[in-house]
Amino acid sequence: MREPHIVVCMKVVPKAEEIQVDPETLLLKREGARSEINPPDMNALEVALRLKDARGAHVTVLSMGPPFFEPILRMALAMGADDLHLLSDRAFAGADTLATTYTLARGIEKLGDVGLILCGEESADGATGQVPAGIAAWLDLPQVTLINSLEFEKGLRALRARREIGGGYTIQRVHLPAVVSIKTAANEPRFMDFRRKPWAMEQAEVVVWDRASIDADPAYIGLRGSPTVVVGLREAESRERRQERLDGPPEQIAHQLAEILRPLLTE
Amino acid sequence: MPEPVYGRDEARPEIWVYLERKNGQLEGISRELLAKGRELADQAGWCLAGLLPGQGRAPAEEAIAHGADRIYWLDHPWLDRFDAGLCTAAVEHVILEHRPCVLLCGATPDGRDLAGRLAVRLRTGLNADCTNLSLDAERGALISEVTGFGGGVIALLEIPEARPQISTVRPGVFRPGLPAEDRQGEVVRVYVELEESQRCVEVLEEHLGESVDLTQAEVLLCGGRGVEGDFGMLRELADLLGGEIGATRPPVDEGFIERERQVGQTGVVCRPKVAIACGISGAFHFIVGIQEAGTILAINSDPQAPIFEYADYGAVGDAHQIIRALIRELKQEREGAHA
Repeated sequence: MREPHIVVCMKVVPKAEEIQVDPETLLLKREGARSEINPPDMNALEVALRLKDARGAHVTVLSMGPPFFEPILRMALAMGADDLHLLSDRAFAGADTLATTYTLARGIEKLGDVGLILCGEESADGATGQVPAGIAAWLDLPQVTLINSLEFEKGLRALRARREIGGGYTIQRVHLPAVVSIKTAANEPRFMDFRRKPWAMEQAEVVVWDRASIDADPAYIGLRGSPTVVVGLREAESRERRQERLDGPPEQIAHQLAEILRPLLTE
Repeated sequence: MPEPVYGRDEARPEIWVYLERKNGQLEGISRELLAKGRELADQAGWCLAGLLPGQGRAPAEEAIAHGADRIYWLDHPWLDRFDAGLCTAAVEHVILEHRPCVLLCGATPDGRDLAGRLAVRLRTGLNADCTNLSLDAERGALISEVTGFGGGVIALLEIPEARPQISTVRPGVFRPGLPAEDRQGEVVRVYVELEESQRCVEVLEEHLGESVDLTQAEVLLCGGRGVEGDFGMLRELADLLGGEIGATRPPVDEGFIERERQVGQTGVVCRPKVAIACGISGAFHFIVGIQEAGTILAINSDPQAPIFEYADYGAVGDAHQIIRALIRELKQEREGAHA
């Protein structure tokens, strides 16, 4: 039986804790922050690599972004992915969900013969979780989301996906090809394989596709292809708080806290 | 931009809310969206409608009591359990027939799946996880507020051309209203046509456990990096105070506590009477989750931690020592009361 072709969609994001906001313009100052693979996407990659370990699969990483993403994404090759495709074109910039999912879907179509598309639950910088559903809609494929683990059925016509929810779980059977989002922290992503490192970090050829390579409609991509518009920015207002400080040894503070809590809890 | 399936000039002045049901009742998120939708509709003189998939009419009546003027009831057995493909197909059909200007969905697992899929089908925009909504009735424009990455900044988003303007909102962001049982509304039963070939997902097994709804907690104890995974201690204190426990993202990512207890921008937004932040530095994406609390108490060893700016009472010290002392104090107090 032929190996299934799995595509893992991955994004590179600035490290959340290193992001700062310019107090004048209210825009994010990304230059100071280092970048990393979006952590939830690592959980999706781990699911793909476990399927590969279990029964053989070809794992492609697909990302969209500027060329500087490439060295960061090579980590996925070192972990076990077989190849890396980067959708990169100035015209892709400024994309909202509609334009982003269109572009990724065009990339997946260009790859051809894909059996399974995996995504992380959400991106650390956007955190909207709308990309998996959007890709599925463009490709007219079934989707299941927030999945913890999955396995292929014999014959590769369907997969069984386990979704853990509030103390319980469901097992869903999904026809293939399909789009599946993996729940954040569903697994422990593996470390890179040091034997793969020289190949992954240096030798492996990364395929870079621009707009023309994926035959994307210029009206559907980037800022131009985005129906949503930012019309304003303002500082988030925070409610005035008393900001009263309690000092002293732990017992004394605990006593003060108990005194503060008592009337609040009996209200 | 892709040509929208219908645009600004073809949309009707109506706000629609995607309704979710559980055990035959309307979900909290749907009551919250109806309350906000009613407010916007009243300001603009628009109609508020609900979209109810699945069998059983009771949630439709409930939604009317919560403010809907009309319910489109997609009465079909295949819609009882959420399936993104089937639900999108049914909802798309009724939306194209009536062309509402605005569609609101919960930023819940089902609401996100539907909104993400539907937005692509209709070639329209989607503003996710909005923290507030307003309506410019003259322009027919929905203005969605979202919190920027890194926090502290609110972005205002619009969808100028394409319709419907779709926004999702997390549970707990808006307050539900009180039901008015004598409110009148119309329930329109929609004939839904779905084909066997559209059924691509089948649920083979279902084991439901207890899930926790932090949005309902009156007392919320949140732990951050500073509690070093000791959520057993927080649980003990929460039990004494009749509260629930939540966490910031790092302890969740590290597996110390379930993800459904993550509080903040990428977790649950809560409105407890009292929030106690333990060992939390106070990054804005967390603050979003408790800033509506009646009173905020913070315990942190770093006197410079930003959390103290958001707190009514700030205790500087080791979270473990202070919480253990507080547990002892409360226990003694109870024993004293019983003696």
